[in-house]
Amino acid sequence: MTDKPPGTKYPETKILSRNFGVPESWTLKVARERGAYANLEKALREMTPDQVIDEMKKSRLRGRGGAGFPTGVKWGFVPKDSDKPVYICCNADESEPGTFKDRYLMELDPHLVLEGCLIAAYAVSAERIWIYVRGEYPGSIARLEQAIEEATAANVLGDKILGTDFSCDCVVHSGAGAYVCGEETGLLESLEGKRGHPRIKPPFPAVEGAFGCPTVINNVETLSHVPWIVEHGGQAFADQGIGPDPDDPKSMGSSGTKLMGVSGQVKHPGVWEFEFGITVRELIYDYAGGPLDGRKIKAVIPGGVSMPVLLDEELDVKMGFDDLVKAESGLGTACAIVMDDSVDMVEACENIAHFFADESCGQCTPCREGCHWIEKIFRRINAGEGTEADLDLLEHLFPQIEGRTICALAEAAVWPVRSILVKFRHEFEAKLVKTPVGAS
Amino acid sequence: MASTDTDLAPILDTFERRPETLISLLQAVQGRLGYLPPEVLGTVARHARVPRSRVYGVASFYSQFRFNPVGRHRVAVCRGTACHVRGARLILEELERSLGIKEGQTTEDMEYSLETVACIGCCGLSPCISVGDEVSAKLTAKKVRKLFKNAQRSAHK
Ligand SMILES: Cc1cc2nc3c(=O)[nH]c(=O)nc-3n(C[C@H](O)[C@H](O)[C@H](O)COP(=O)(O)O)c2cc1C
Ligand code: SF4
Ligand code: FES
Repeated sequence: MTDKPPGTKYPETKILSRNFGVPESWTLKVARERGAYANLEKALREMTPDQVIDEMKKSRLRGRGGAGFPTGVKWGFVPKDSDKPVYICCNADESEPGTFKDRYLMELDPHLVLEGCLIAAYAVSAERIWIYVRGEYPGSIARLEQAIEEATAANVLGDKILGTDFSCDCVVHSGAGAYVCGEETGLLESLEGKRGHPRIKPPFPAVEGAFGCPTVINNVETLSHVPWIVEHGGQAFADQGIGPDPDDPKSMGSSGTKLMGVSGQVKHPGVWEFEFGITVRELIYDYAGGPLDGRKIKAVIPGGVSMPVLLDEELDVKMGFDDLVKAESGLGTACAIVMDDSVDMVEACENIAHFFADESCGQCTPCREGCHWIEKIFRRINAGEGTEADLDLLEHLFPQIEGRTICALAEAAVWPVRSILVKFRHEFEAKLVKTPVGAS
Repeated sequence: MASTDTDLAPILDTFERRPETLISLLQAVQGRLGYLPPEVLGTVARHARVPRSRVYGVASFYSQFRFNPVGRHRVAVCRGTACHVRGARLILEELERSLGIKEGQTTEDMEYSLETVACIGCCGLSPCISVGDEVSAKLTAKKVRKLFKNAQRSAHK
């Protein structure tokens, strides 16, 4: 982990973001001058697929799409002797409010994304890569399609890549507007031309994914880390960031670097890359410029909108998988939303609840009904029509939704608003209908 | 009517006749017609070799698809949480005034439609809106008035 000399800022790192800001960084010419596809070539010529997977395991790279599952382990689940084709699916559905990191990678370094996908494909013997991009990102889709065209012409993609026996093609699939299609099995259904209803697991996609074939699904940022790991080795990656907790045998730590974003009520919103280890406070104050003039930070959601909020006094926790869980929140997408003391927390809850109610796919009763109940109750309280019984009802509802559904959307709907209700209960109480004196 | 089988044939023929092409097919058809009129759902169903009910099921699931015509300029206000805390509601109210229509409506001359959407992935530049594929960022009520100065319309019934 990087030590921070007193009086200095926690330093930025440029691994994933090394080409951001370079003119025409998205063209093959510029990308190749800066080393693109050299690591694909290294993997193809000098490493066996199993050696690539071993380096991935050593790197302790954890998925950047929100769940933090170890990537090497996931790749290892793909059957070696499958008589069906194997697929790679790059999850570029980035749709969670406040999250805008994958877009930078796709628009500024599409060849890095492609190279990562290709090395993954080589490691699990996949013959096709799908990149599932949300439809609201036409700029990302255009850059990726151009990159695919150029890479195919240069024989780093397609048939007999770089003269080896490895062949793999790549197809961009444009989403059609549904947050739940970011959930990996919802994504698969959508890829198959259906409603994006998440599937019951097992079977896991690595065994039975797209069209019934083994499929590795990884986030854009996860895959973009792969070329560096091939170049420098898994250990060099694992040496960066936060190591596993020596007192906890199950801890995996947070190795490597991460794109982190800040949006909402700060002076300079943005996205930066750091080795894991920076605190939420350093990120918000040293990089995002702190709260707007004359304002104080009231609450921060460290990742997207699906994690519990942190209060100002809780911001000294590190932006890391295990660290934020210990602080009873979570890293999520590592794009923080900052709310200052001008925000009405009940309105914020209604806003968040509306999002999840709108995006529930409707398969599971607790999610379909529960998300709408939550939204309606917040709306009622905001309208000045809520009663103490509504707050009790919310507390009664949350445990009936959490953990009782097919996918994690329902939990994501509960966690942030429950934490706001606990930490800002007085704001809800202040909006309740006043019981007339003497009424029973 | 632009939606007969023959009119759409050149678009449909670029897609393989398989169920998994359904979403891309619908995107292409909507790209051409601006929306999905009820009668084209059957045409699409025949092409993708799926029941009409599945076409409707898919089209109604994804927020991108519409069953009614919309204005030439689709104005979408982000109501994601990052935009919400930076005043998305004021932006929506200003747009409603500037365009003379409410959320969900289209101007009578079919120039503008106004809707709200979940995050458009420009959260670092909130509050933002999109007009077609173009994003306008860091908006204020004043900027909205300037952008839509000449757009005063009456609501489409
Ligand atoms: C409702 C929901 C939405 C999700 N959206 C995304 C998304 O937009 N992008 C993403 O990479 N992962 C998303 N995920 C996580 C994926 O299910 C999956 O864990 C991830 O793509 C795996 O890749 P990783 O291991 O590289 O993170 C979402 C999960 C849920 C439950
Ligand atoms: S939890 Fe919600 S979004 Fe996920 S499968 Fe169930 S109903 Fe659909
Ligand atoms: S929240 Fe508005 S663009 Fe993301």
